[in-house]
Formats: sequence, structure tokens, C-alpha cells
Amino acid sequence: MQHTVIDADDVVIRFCGDSGDGMQLIGTLFADASALYGNEISTFPDYPAEIRAPHGTISGVSGFQVHIGSVEINTPGDYCDVLVAMNPAALRANAKWAKPTATVILDIDSFDDAGIERAGFKTDNPLEELHIEDRTIVCAPITTLTKESLKESGLDNKAIVRSKNMFTLGMCFFMFNRSLDHTFSYIEKKFKKKPELIEPNKKVLFDGFNYASNVHAIANTYQVGPYKQEKGKYRNINGNQATAWGLIAAAEKSGLPLFCGSYPITPATAILEELAIHKSLNVKTLQAEDEIAGICTAIGAAYAGNFAVTSTSGPGLSLKSEALGLAMITELPLVIIDVQRSGPSTGIPTKTEQTDLNQALYGRNGECPICIIAAHSPSHCFDAAFTAGKLALEHMMPVILMSEGFIANGSEPWKIPAMADYPAIKPPFIESCEGHFNPYERDPESYVRKWAVPGKKGLEHRVGGLEKNPQGVISSDPENHARMVADRAEKVARVANYIPEQEIFGEKEGDVLVVGWGGTFGHLYTAVKALQAKGRKVSLAHFDFINPLPRNTEKVLSGFSKILVCELNSGHFVDYLRAKMPQFSYLQYNKVQGQPFIVSEIVDAVEAVL
Amino acid sequence: MRYTAQDFKSNQEVRWCPGCGDHAVLAALTRALPEVSEQLNYDKERYVVVSGIGCSSRLPYYVNTYGFHSIHGRATAISTGIKVANPTLTVWQACGDGDALAIGGNHFIHAIRRNIDINIILFNNQIYGLTKGQYSPTSKLGAITKTSPYGTVEHPFSPGMLVLGARGTFFARSLDTELKLNQEIFIEAAKHDGTSVCEMLTNCVIFNDGAHAGFANKEEKEDRTITLRDGQKMIFGKNRNKGLMLAGRKLVVVEIGKNGITETDILTHHSDTVDSGIHSMLINMKYPDFPVALGVIRNVKDMTYDDNVRDQLLEVKSKSTIHNMDELLNSGSTWEVK
Repeated sequence: MQHTVIDADDVVIRFCGDSGDGMQLIGTLFADASALYGNEISTFPDYPAEIRAPHGTISGVSGFQVHIGSVEINTPGDYCDVLVAMNPAALRANAKWAKPTATVILDIDSFDDAGIERAGFKTDNPLEELHIEDRTIVCAPITTLTKESLKESGLDNKAIVRSKNMFTLGMCFFMFNRSLDHTFSYIEKKFKKKPELIEPNKKVLFDGFNYASNVHAIANTYQVGPYKQEKGKYRNINGNQATAWGLIAAAEKSGLPLFCGSYPITPATAILEELAIHKSLNVKTLQAEDEIAGICTAIGAAYAGNFAVTSTSGPGLSLKSEALGLAMITELPLVIIDVQRSGPSTGIPTKTEQTDLNQALYGRNGECPICIIAAHSPSHCFDAAFTAGKLALEHMMPVILMSEGFIANGSEPWKIPAMADYPAIKPPFIESCEGHFNPYERDPESYVRKWAVPGKKGLEHRVGGLEKNPQGVISSDPENHARMVADRAEKVARVANYIPEQEIFGEKEGDVLVVGWGGTFGHLYTAVKALQAKGRKVSLAHFDFINPLPRNTEKVLSGFSKILVCELNSGHFVDYLRAKMPQFSYLQYNKVQGQPFIVSEIVDAVEAVL
Repeated sequence: MRYTAQDFKSNQEVRWCPGCGDHAVLAALTRALPEVSEQLNYDKERYVVVSGIGCSSRLPYYVNTYGFHSIHGRATAISTGIKVANPTLTVWQACGDGDALAIGGNHFIHAIRRNIDINIILFNNQIYGLTKGQYSPTSKLGAITKTSPYGTVEHPFSPGMLVLGARGTFFARSLDTELKLNQEIFIEAAKHDGTSVCEMLTNCVIFNDGAHAGFANKEEKEDRTITLRDGQKMIFGKNRNKGLMLAGRKLVVVEIGKNGITETDILTHHSDTVDSGIHSMLINMKYPDFPVALGVIRNVKDMTYDDNVRDQLLEVKSKSTIHNMDELLNSGSTWEVK
């Protein structure tokens, strides 16, 4: 067979198999090895809600996509150059993502009649049925070879078959000329307490590598050089981990203990899990009995003087709504993280969407505007969480941090920041006062009230959900209510004076301004760059600050003939902009499929309005 | 004493209905707190009074301490957060039967299960008062209310049994009118490490007047209730001649001096018995077959959540190699780009 080495700027590889086949693991290991080699990377886990769906069925297919490059990478890629399918169902669910030039690696052992039928194929030729017979197909007997590799390992048959993912990873490492060292050391660390598993895992990985190298079954191998990154120390980070770390960083900068009251919910759980590890950094986590207790324990902790947070996803945000109103009217600092997923109701829990923005903006009783910021990439979750904490603590208010499954689970290399470069966080504590303490007296500039933590002599006061006057006394006086409603809203509005202005990627004037927010940044940025390269007068304004909007927003929007707002919902942000700035007319591009954008569809959408 | 009851009274006008049982509970609390402060050497500023929504939940406004009047049912979760965040604070919570046992039932049982060191005063008037007279989870079977015009068709909760079921370590029960006993109960609750539940059988004069009158009225109270005190015989009655004994596995009411029964045959109350068998029988005693048990029924030692959180934090800190954010950021798998 003719062997070709393809020199590529970037390559997308997609691993897919049964949800128990270990695809997330080998995807992560492949990404880590590539990052260590020096590639730019971006990853996208695409898995079902079922932990172990029926074997060999479409509903149980789990995928992990890695985009590596010697150039700047901002998305996990749309279509893949290499598709690894461990069974017929995985192939059937993912064939549509294989580029016409793609190499498709199949564990041919699983393509027996039963397997093909279980995947729902109508004929006994899946390749023809999927119209991918002209791709470079590598039919490797992966299960058989794994069994052969480990027949003297002493492992039982089940454990041996489970190792076929490592064999596959070995093959891929050959394809990309990657060193096995990183994965070897991972294996050694992972099985430290079960040393009998170390050698078999290393062997099967090595055998997979050798098989691919020896049998000349693989026609194309790839050469993707290192990316010329800025000098410095790097690590890989996913969005949920970065969120947790950003919160701990904010706690450290404020000198306060971090309290997280949360209830497990996909895809936000990893934030609670990550925080639970770091007790040594003054972190307390309370796994609450429900979502409401999650936020209410956090509100209690805020009243008691901690930096309080609660993490959740859309259904949990719904349950927390009433308490969010309480945090707002009591003017206590609190960060609520909503890692959005597909809805309504339980929806598609493991799939990404931006469909909670309306809920975050409006989902409470009474007049209850809340500060909202959004994270736009896995590593940006760190800065976004830090900023959410800073705003909450310094402005004595709840702040909603919007994340999404896509960036929460996705990972990318991240230049490790130094905490010395982050600003101090100075909550408006009060230590004592002359006479009676008035809890709702405000700073004339920021409208922020003082934080009197219980335990301080002479500052005894009461807060609560009932409307009060500035002295903290219950009041149903109409004038007072009107004033308090206006003051609380003004306090949120004035946050605009404390956040940066909105940036524009590209020229400040042009034909089309693409507008986005949140986790779609990578796709929108890549699309806009491609359009700019074609000479189109297109720029991008991607909003991290949603409420309030940056103070130069009107100026940003006024420089373009057309404004195209792209979101993974039916138009939440565009409606918000229409209400806030009705002087502009807005076009919109929306997608609600539980899937991220594809760069080419954004390019097409912009071309269509040009 | 450093403080008087007056120090714990706020300048706010108390707005409960005249004759409402909540007045007396508030009085017992403000009288108990100076004594608690004395015995435990607490400063007034360490008290936080938390409540949910309902008539009794107005209580924080009437106590001159830090206070948090939260939302319906959630007081227990707010209290939990306050105590875990800052264990040096002393948390008292006022909540009603609807607030704590219906909408807030989940938080109530889980706080008890965790044994968080908070003191819960459960005002049980067997009715929703603030919404003007609907049945609550403690309303008697058949109770006629605005939402049960033909009588309820559901069994009520027994708060004490709920506490036991959630592995509660402290349960006391009393009547709103028992000013002296309630002070004693509150002092014991304050001293107890863990969740203390003090059920106060209160009378709602407007929507459920006389709910507890069967045993609570002045004339018959001594014959129809029994006040349990630790280490003392379970004796009751106007003439102090009635007592409780075990007959097989059941409690029976006996008369001292009759059928050869003497005081030594009568059971002695031990609130610190870990086994909840007798405590549950005492909680379950109902008038007219039995006297209704008042006083501290259960008060046992166990680990508390807030202590465990603190201890675990210290232990992890002492063993961890990561002591600040920069160390965390640079931990694990990293690489250098030169």
C-alpha cells in the first residue's frame, strides 16, 4: 500500500464507540499527548446521558473529538480527518462528520451480522449504505488483536476486551507520530494501587502502535507540527475545572473562605467535584439535599461572611429562582453558575445549548434584574468566574455566570496565569458604626450597601425577603417600594462603570457585525476570520457582559450596515438587544439542536446577508 | 448576668394577634437567652435568628440580634449555610408547621440527619395562619379548614417521630403557655451540640383556637400531660400519683398506691439513651389514653456536621502540598514553551 505522510496545519480526529468503550479516556489522552507535544488543541466530548446504554445501539454512542494544530485553534473542528468507530452504531451515528478525504478506522470484529443489525443498518454493507465506501477505510481486527496481545497477561476476558481502546489509541499515536511516554506515565500513575494492570495496559498500547506501523494498513499518517505559542508554562484545562479554579482564585483574592452549596446536575457537577478536592485552599462544599438548599445554604453562608457560590444547570436554575430573588433583595454577594444544557425540562442533558439566557434575565417574580456574565471558552471560564466573584463581592449582589456544556466539558491548552496579575477583591465590609446601623444605606457612586457580618458588635440588623426601608425596617410604603426597586436596578446598571468596554474583532466599521455571547466564541471567531481573509468587511463583537451591557455597546453596534446575532437558541440575546437598543435592526442566526455551531454554517449565514 | 431579657427585645412593634401563643414563646426565648449567654459565655452579637415565612417567622424582627427572615420553607437551609460558613455563630431558627414540615420538609429532615448545630423552634399550631386558615401537615385527620371543608382525609405528621426517623439527637415538646419550662428547654437546646428541635404547641386564636385544649387547658393540664425531666420519675397528675410503667413492650399509665405499685416501679426518664425505643413511645403518647409528653424527651451526643467540616478542613490542610492558588495552577501536568 502506498503510504503518504500528510503535512497538515490542523487535523480533527473523532473517537466514537459504545459509552462503555472508553472513548472519552483515549480522546483525553490523545489530546494531552498532543498538547505536550506542542500542538494547539481543542476538545469536544459528545456523549449520551445514559451511563451504559444498550450495547451496540445508536443511543449508546459516545464520542470525543480532538482538534490539533500547528496554527491557532478555536473550535474542536466541524468535520473530522480521522474517524475511529469501535462498532457499527458508532459508525452510523458519526459517518456524517467524516470529511470526503477522511481515514475511517473500524474495529472490524464488531461488524458481524448481529452488530450491523443492532445499529439499524438495512443491508449488510454499512459503508455503502452510509455512502462512505470511497473514504480510506482501515478495517482492523482490534478486539482479536487486543485478545492476542493480552492472552498471557493474567487478566480475565472482560478486562482484556475492555483494553481495546488502548490498542486503538496506540494505532492513532502511530498515525500522528506521537510519543507513548505521556500515556505510559499516565498508566503508571493511574494504576499505582493496582500494579498488575500497569504492564498489560502499556503492552496493549505499544502493540497497537506496532500493529499500525507493521501491517501498513494505514495509508495516511499525519505530521502536525507544534504551534508557535507564546513563551511560558502551559496546562490543559476544561471549562468546569477552570470555573472552579476561578472561584477559588476570587476567594483567595478577597481573603474569604469559599462556600459552595450545590446539588449534582449534568453538566455542572464537575464544578462541585473539583471544589470538593481543594479543601486545603479554604474551600467548604456542601452537597445539598436539593437545588433550593444549594442556593439557600449559599445565601446563609454569604450572610455569615463567606464568598458563597452555587453551581447548577438550567433545571436547577429554575428551582433556585425564588431564592435568587431573596439574594437580590437582601443584597448579598453570591455567584450562581448555570452550565447550560439542552432543554426544556430534562431535555437532552448532555448536549449543549444557550437556551437559559431568558431565564437568567427574566426568570424571577417581581422586579429582579440580576448581573449576568458569560464565559466564552474553556480557559476563559477561569477569568469569568473570577470576575463574577469580584463583582458579586464588591457590589453586594448575586451574579449569574453563564457557561455551557460545550465549553464546560471541552478543554484547551492554557498559559498558566500568575495570581499577582489579578486585582485584589475588596468587599464593602463595615466593622462598626455610630448609632443604629442602616443596612440598606448606599454608596452614592456604586449604590452598594455595606456588608455587616454577624459577630460584629453593634451592627445587629435584620435582612429578609420583605421590602424594607433604608434603615432595614419592614415597609410597604408605596414611595419607599418604588425607590428601593429603582435603587436596586440602578445598582446593577452601574456595574457598567466597573467593567471593560466591548471589544471588536476586526474593523470598527463594516458591512456586517457578527454578534455572539458565551461558548460560541470559537466558532464565530473562526468564521469571521475566514470571512475577513476573503476580504469581507465583517467583524465580531462577542459579549462576555450581558447585564449590564458594556457602556460602549451602542457605539459598537452603530458602525455596521447589518448586525447578525448568532446564538444556540431561538433568539434570546437578539431580543434583549432589541429591547435595550431598539434604534438598530437586527438579523439573527439560530440553532437549537443540542449541538455547537459549525464554522461553515456561520460563514454561509454571513455571506447570505452580505 | 451580663444581659437581661430587655437586651434581646427589639424596638419593633410585635404584630401577632392578641392572644396568639407566639407571644409567650418569644417571651420565653428572650428570657432564656441571657441565661444561655451566661452559661456558655456567648456575646449577644454571635446570635443569628433565622426564619422562613409564616406568622411565627416574624420572630427575628422582635429579637435584637442579627436576623434573617428568609423565604417559605427554606429557613433550615439558610441556617445550615450560616452555621457551616461561620461555626462561631449561634443559630436559632423560628418556623411553623407548614413552613418546616410541608414546603421545607426536605431541608428539615436533612439538617437533622446531618446534625448541624442549630436550634429549631417549631411553632406547631396545626394550621396555616398567615394565609388565613388552611390545613397543615400537622392538622388532625378530619380537620375542617378552608381547604378541607369536609374534613381532611390525610394523616398528620408527628414532628417528634420525624425527628427520630431522621436520626435526631435532640427533641423537646412544650406548650406555648409553659413559660418556665420553655426557658429550660431553650437553655438545654442551646447547650446541645447538634440540631435541637423544640416543638412548641401554640394556639392560633383566630383560625384554630383550642387545637391543643383537650390536654392544654389549665384545669386538666396536670392530669393530661407529663413533664419529663432527666433522671426523674415519670410521675404526673394534680396529685402527683400517676406514673408510667412498662408492661411488656408497652407503656402503661398506673396509679401509685394502687395494686401494690410504688414510686420505685415508675420509669425514670433518661433523655440521653441512644436507643430511641422509649423516646418514641413517649413521643407517641396521645391524650386521652396517655398524658402528652412535654419537656426534653431526647438529648443524645453525636458528631455534628459543622465540627466534622472544620476537622476535615484542618486535616486536609495539614496534609496538602498545595497551599495557594499559584501552587494549584502550577500543579499536575504542565509544559514549558520556550
